[in-house]
Amino acid sequence: MEGLMPINYYIFLALALFCIGVVGVLTRRNAIIIFMCIELMLNAVNLLLVAFSKMHHLNVLQTNPATNVGTDAQLFVFFIMVVSAAEVSVGLAIIVMMYRNTHSIDINFLNRLKH
Amino acid sequence: MNVTEILFWILSALAIASALLVVLSKNPVHSVLWLIVVFFAISGHYILLNAQFLFIVNLIVYAGAIMVLFLFVIMLMNLNTDTEPQKNKWLKVAGVVAGGCLMLVFVAALKSSDTQQVQMGEGNIGLIQNLGKALFNEYVLPFEISSVLFLSAMVGAVVIGKKGD
Repeated sequence: MEGLMPINYYIFLALALFCIGVVGVLTRRNAIIIFMCIELMLNAVNLLLVAFSKMHHLNVLQTNPATNVGTDAQLFVFFIMVVSAAEVSVGLAIIVMMYRNTHSIDINFLNRLKH
Repeated sequence: MNVTEILFWILSALAIASALLVVLSKNPVHSVLWLIVVFFAISGHYILLNAQFLFIVNLIVYAGAIMVLFLFVIMLMNLNTDTEPQKNKWLKVAGVVAGGCLMLVFVAALKSSDTQQVQMGEGNIGLIQNLGKALFNEYVLPFEISSVLFLSAMVGAVVIGKKGD
C-alpha cells in the first residue's frame, strides 16, 4: 500500500466531481437536491486539498526528513467540514420552513423574493 | 499496476458514477443514497492518502450525521418521483452545456501543467497524533470559535424551525 501517484489524476477527479455538482445545481429545481450538490462540490474541494497537502509534504520531505508540513491543509479540511455541518443544519431548517409555508420545495417559489 | 493504483481507479470510477446518479435520479431518496456512496468513495481516497483522521471524520460527520439529516427531511416531506419539480428541457440542456464548458476550460488550463507526485499510503501528517497536537496548539483559537459557530447554528436552526412566530 505505498507508492506515488501523479497529482494530475487527483486534480481531474476533483474537477469532474465539482463540475457534476455545478451541473446538478443548474439543472435541478428541488431545493434539497441543489443543497446536496453543494455538499458534493465541497467534498471535491476537500479531496483536492488533502491530495495537495500530501504532494507538498513529499516535496519538503526530500530535503528535511523530520518535517510535518502539510498538517495545516488537513486541519483546513477539518474546519471546512465543521463549517459545512453548521451550514447544513441552518440550510435544512430554512428549507423545512419554506416547505411549511408553500407546501413545495420547488426553488422557483423563491423568485418571489425579488418583488 | 500495483494495489494502490487499482484501488484509486476503482474508487474514482465509483465516485464519479455515483455523483452522476445523484444528479440524474428522479427520486430524492435515491439521490441521498447515491450521495452516501460518493462520500464513502471519497473516504476511501482519504485512506489511500493515509489521512486517517479525515477518513473517520468524513465518515462520521458526512456519511453518518449530515446524510441522515437529509434523509430525515426528505422522508418528513414525503417527497417522491411524482412530486419532483422538473425544469423544462432547454434549461436543462443549457445547464449541462454551461457545466461542460466550465469543465472544458479547467481541463484545457490544467492539462499541460507539470506533474508532481503525491505520497500514497505512508507519511504521518494525517495521523491523529500529529493533527491533534497542531489543533490544540496553533489552531486552538479557531477550534474554540468553531464551537461558538456550532452553538449559534444550533440556536439558529431551532429559531428558524420553530412553529408559529
